[in-house]
Amino acid sequence: MSAAEKITALPDRVGAATLNGLAYVGGLARLTGESAYVAFVGPFRGQRLRLQRALHQAMAVGVGAIPIVSLITFFVGLIMALQSAYELRRLGAIQFVADAVAISIIRELGPLITAIIVIGRSGSAFAAEIGTMKVTEEVDALETMALRPVAFLVAPKFLAMLVMVPCLTVWADFMGVMGGCLFGVTGASFTVMSYLRATRDALVVSDIVTGLVKSALFGVVITAVGCQEGFATGAGAEEVGHSTTTAVVRSIFLVIAVDLLFTALFYLTNRG
Amino acid sequence: MGTNKPADEGPVISVVDLRVSYGEREVLHGISFDVLRGETLVILGGSGSGKSTLLRTLMGLEKPSGGEVWIKGVNIARASDRELDEIRKKMGVSFQGGALFGSMTVGENVALPLAEHTHLEDSTIEIMVRIKLEQVGLASFEDYMPAELSGGMKKRAAVARALAMDPDLLLFDEPSAGLDPIIAAGIDELILDLKKAYAMSIVVVTHELASAFLIADRLLLIDRGNIIAIGNKEEIKACTNPRVRQFLDRVPEPQVEDELNYLQMLTRGSKG
Repeated sequence: MSAAEKITALPDRVGAATLNGLAYVGGLARLTGESAYVAFVGPFRGQRLRLQRALHQAMAVGVGAIPIVSLITFFVGLIMALQSAYELRRLGAIQFVADAVAISIIRELGPLITAIIVIGRSGSAFAAEIGTMKVTEEVDALETMALRPVAFLVAPKFLAMLVMVPCLTVWADFMGVMGGCLFGVTGASFTVMSYLRATRDALVVSDIVTGLVKSALFGVVITAVGCQEGFATGAGAEEVGHSTTTAVVRSIFLVIAVDLLFTALFYLTNRG
Repeated sequence: MGTNKPADEGPVISVVDLRVSYGEREVLHGISFDVLRGETLVILGGSGSGKSTLLRTLMGLEKPSGGEVWIKGVNIARASDRELDEIRKKMGVSFQGGALFGSMTVGENVALPLAEHTHLEDSTIEIMVRIKLEQVGLASFEDYMPAELSGGMKKRAAVARALAMDPDLLLFDEPSAGLDPIIAAGIDELILDLKKAYAMSIVVVTHELASAFLIADRLLLIDRGNIIAIGNKEEIKACTNPRVRQFLDRVPEPQVEDELNYLQMLTRGSKG
């Protein structure tokens, strides 16, 4: 291929990549829309909602993640306290360490770290589960039994994630603050009560609400990407591994993109 | 549904000039045949002949790019989801690897279509599951997980699930693939028993000649996306078409069909 051909081929490639990207996001939106229909509209039209399966998923996604979420966010809270104390001490403002930890954890790191842990534990598991079912023709079997794979497989996960990711985020926020508290009590002149009081004074309700809104969105994104990658699995066992990897990488990217989008949106709407 | 053929007479399946493509590549090049009520039709063909695609199209898993597929008076190429569901509820499918749901016990697998599509009480469903499992020789295996079953037992369990809704049409994908001759003979026996007991219409896709000639009322040979022979056992055995003879006499493909093509294949991609 000559240099001129390479240059003229570039717009083609950019166009094709853009279309593929849009089609991908469109696919995610469709999967989410169908799941939302099954979860919230279907039951009022006499279709069965598989609450048992949703509950099962909620246990795996939410309750199973509590130990690791606790440990990691506790550490992150402690790290944030140490890092900010480093600067604050020079300014003689070490009592603001509680504010720094509270704001960074509750507005940003709690929801984000929780989302990333959930991607690693559950987003990958969704892709692997549905991918394996695709390879072993179980997804086809569902269809030939007149059962909708989305209603049967995706909707329960969607419902579980929509509830459990915000719940985990609340817990992660709490554990992050406790991590900061450990430093506050040992490294600065706080007591547990005074640290928690300082944390409460540093926050407004909207800090917590925006974090929870974001985390619910993260849950939706993780479910949609995990399931879409699962359904896109080709033939053969090695394809499952490939889908799982793709699901994790794309989920992390999309979660951060959504995070940026909504943080910017909250910033712009609250400026006045 | 004025244009539909009457449902109670005539062939169960009527395929007219069916074409199926994957992207640009056409796999079935306009094939037509009927499956009569109560007969067992065996579709024979080599790897890549299009026989699996044909079966998937009959299940409604592949959309034809042209032609018609009438099942019990409904053209499934154009049917709505609801119409397709009604057809599928009365159609049992046994997949190559069984496609049992790995997260459910054998009993739950068989019970699933009943629990989803009927309003039967749990105790009734339990009894029906036992009856179906007993029919395929798997009585007392209902609490096993699919992973604990051997290949032949998985296929039997899959047949039990396919029978759950008392279908009048059964589709088998490669019933003896991956099984030793004794177990495979057992599956053949099971198909013959079902035929006797229920007078169902059965379509079997296979490449096993012995099993095909044992269970078939009529055979259909498919090669490179075209039907090369259709008829009863005697007609097929007497057929003189060279491709049919090659398949029945198990003559291997000539290694290099065209030396020029072969050379082109080897040198392809070496320039630009």
